[in-house]
Amino acid sequence: MLAVDGISVRFGGITALDGVGFTVEPGTAVGLIGPNGAGKTTLFNCLTRRCTPDAGTVRFEGEDLLALPPHAVAGRGIARTFQNLGLFPRLTVRENVMVGAHSRGRTGHLAAALRLPRVRREERELREQADDLLRRLGLADVADHPASGLPFGTLKRVELARALAVRPRLLLLDEPVNGLSHGEVDQFADLVRSVRQDFDLTLVVVEHHMGFVMGLCDKVVCLDFGRKIAEGSPEEIQRDASVIEAYLGVAA
Amino acid sequence: MSTIIATLGTGRARRLRAALTVLLAAAVAVGAPFYFAPFQVFQLTMVLLYAVALAGLNLLVGFGGQISLGHGAFFAAGAYTAAVMLDRYDTGHLATLPVAAAGCFLLGLGFGVPALRLRGLYLALVTLAFAVFLPPLLKRLEPVTGGSMGLTVDKLQPPAWSGLAEDQWLYLVVLAVTAVALLLARNLLRSRVGRALLAVRDNESAAEVMGVRLSLHKTLAFAWSAMFAGVAGCLYTWVIGFVSPDSFSFVLSITLLAGLVVGGLASLYGPLLGAAFVMYVPSVSQDVSEAAPGVVFGLLIITVMFVAPTGLAGLPGRVRAAVARRLPRRAPTSARTPEAESAPDGEPEPDAESGPESLAESGPGGDPESLAESAPDAEESAAASAPDVSPKSPAASDPSATDTPADLAVADAEPVGAPPRTEKE
Ligand SMILES: Nc1ncnc2c1ncn2[C@@H]1O[C@H](COP(=O)(O)OP(=O)(O)OP(=O)(O)O)[C@@H](O)[C@H]1O
Ligand SMILES: [Mg+2]
Repeated sequence: MLAVDGISVRFGGITALDGVGFTVEPGTAVGLIGPNGAGKTTLFNCLTRRCTPDAGTVRFEGEDLLALPPHAVAGRGIARTFQNLGLFPRLTVRENVMVGAHSRGRTGHLAAALRLPRVRREERELREQADDLLRRLGLADVADHPASGLPFGTLKRVELARALAVRPRLLLLDEPVNGLSHGEVDQFADLVRSVRQDFDLTLVVVEHHMGFVMGLCDKVVCLDFGRKIAEGSPEEIQRDASVIEAYLGVAA
Repeated sequence: MSTIIATLGTGRARRLRAALTVLLAAAVAVGAPFYFAPFQVFQLTMVLLYAVALAGLNLLVGFGGQISLGHGAFFAAGAYTAAVMLDRYDTGHLATLPVAAAGCFLLGLGFGVPALRLRGLYLALVTLAFAVFLPPLLKRLEPVTGGSMGLTVDKLQPPAWSGLAEDQWLYLVVLAVTAVALLLARNLLRSRVGRALLAVRDNESAAEVMGVRLSLHKTLAFAWSAMFAGVAGCLYTWVIGFVSPDSFSFVLSITLLAGLVVGGLASLYGPLLGAAFVMYVPSVSQDVSEAAPGVVFGLLIITVMFVAPTGLAGLPGRVRAAVARRLPRRAPTSARTPEAESAPDGEPEPDAESGPESLAESGPGGDPESLAESAPDAEESAAASAPDVSPKSPAASDPSATDTPADLAVADAEPVGAPPRTEKE
């Protein structure tokens, strides 16, 4: 489904990614781990066209992703969440989710200004879809609340709801459970598992919480200093000497 | 199930109330010119047409998160389009409106493109340059624009069948155009397009990841915004019957922006309050101090920004929040009285369904003084309803992004949705 091949990204003197390649099969969940600064978020940014690699290719269902303009990625069925939350603070929770459906809407500026009947219809549909998602994720109570000022755990779910509103086939989660308490992590893991089932998602998850990654993923890729140092099943990764070295080496 | 029925019931009640408010506001707005003296009617007309310009500026600045210090120039472009058409081609007034609108839309589109590459201060500077450069240009193009002498054209005249005086007819025509303009702006904002605009303002990269085409929405925001300013300019020519380069100095651009900020950015009725400010405050300042009206004007802006940093439109919400913070401790027992339940009636309608039209028309249609007073009024009703303001109340209000309470919450809250640190722009 997704094939990343030999991508490299340099920021000035730093090499954030150095010839990283891996594939993601449809319906699987791939974990992306690595110490801080390993380049995980940068990789996500390449997949969503937030940044253009200096070398390498990214193909999504056979199509060259790097040839797309950034705004077209969502329309291809790729959604993501952000490491430090990328919500729209002054929009309500429902509106945040409705923006997620932007790529599926058709309304243009003129039609919107005239509020043609089809605009009303589309608005109603998008709103109902958003409300369904909000109910599904237990956010119905805060639907009309501005996204700012809600508890962090709630915001994480709002961001997930917004990503789901894209109707993605590939969902990229950047540290979905960082900052959550123990109980919340488990809840969130259950939530991700169930939406993965229901929405038939392929997942790529960046996460430092090993329990979360190992419990969820079919395959794990480990980055260190922009290089892929290991790839394999969760069990293999946990036993992998270079992975242990990368994580403990930092501390040592 | 019963809750669903209950909410349906309140939904209908709210709609009914909204419809009544709109009707009442429309009646007041339409009745105003028959009640006030001609000069006051003229002033109200000016408030209305400034409101159109400010609504446009609000699209760009308040909702779009961009900036323009050059909207006076778009205003001038609209005014001169109308004046030149009337003066040279004798087209009749009605034809000038679509031409001014379309011309300024295109002009705005042209400006929107460089605006894509510029941000903040740089954009402010470039738009200001446009505003500074236009009056001398108008002076130079003497054969067409009449140079520094300007152009004198016919005002819009009432048709004989109407039996109305000139000021009344002008008022009603401008009222109609304003109502349509504000309705268009509201429609835009309450759609996929409007949400995209707000999303871009709040977090560009997240918006783009959701599929929002930044360049398209940003340039079109500029174009709409310029179009509104141009329409306002066209109305100006209809009402005043005279244009000259000196009427449109860059001070106009700055006054418009100041008016918008004072009225309330990203508020649907902020432009009306701002327009009243733009219209009345300079003359009030003149009365207060013959010698230095500018000083008084400036001091008033500072005062308003100090008392109401979110603008006049945000004042009731701020007061409500402040009272709510204090009161629950004192009067928790009276929390669920019927008065408290019905109190929101007295508030400026936070309902997106009814808000803009009703406010649009009630504002200037009614006495402008009542506009100014509406803040204290709301204050009182806020105080009355305060025990009812539980932490949940924002959630209970209508989901308009443009609600002032929502804005307020943001102003006070931490920027949780800040753009991701590591994004490469
Ligand atoms: N926009 C940018 N400009 C310059 N350098 C950047 C930029 N984004 C990332 N980097 C650098 O690239 C490297 C990889 O960063 P990245 O954010 O991808 O790491 P990460 O694996 O996501 O780390 P973390 O676990 O802390 O989120 C870091 O050294 C970072 O400083
Ligand atoms: Mg990261």
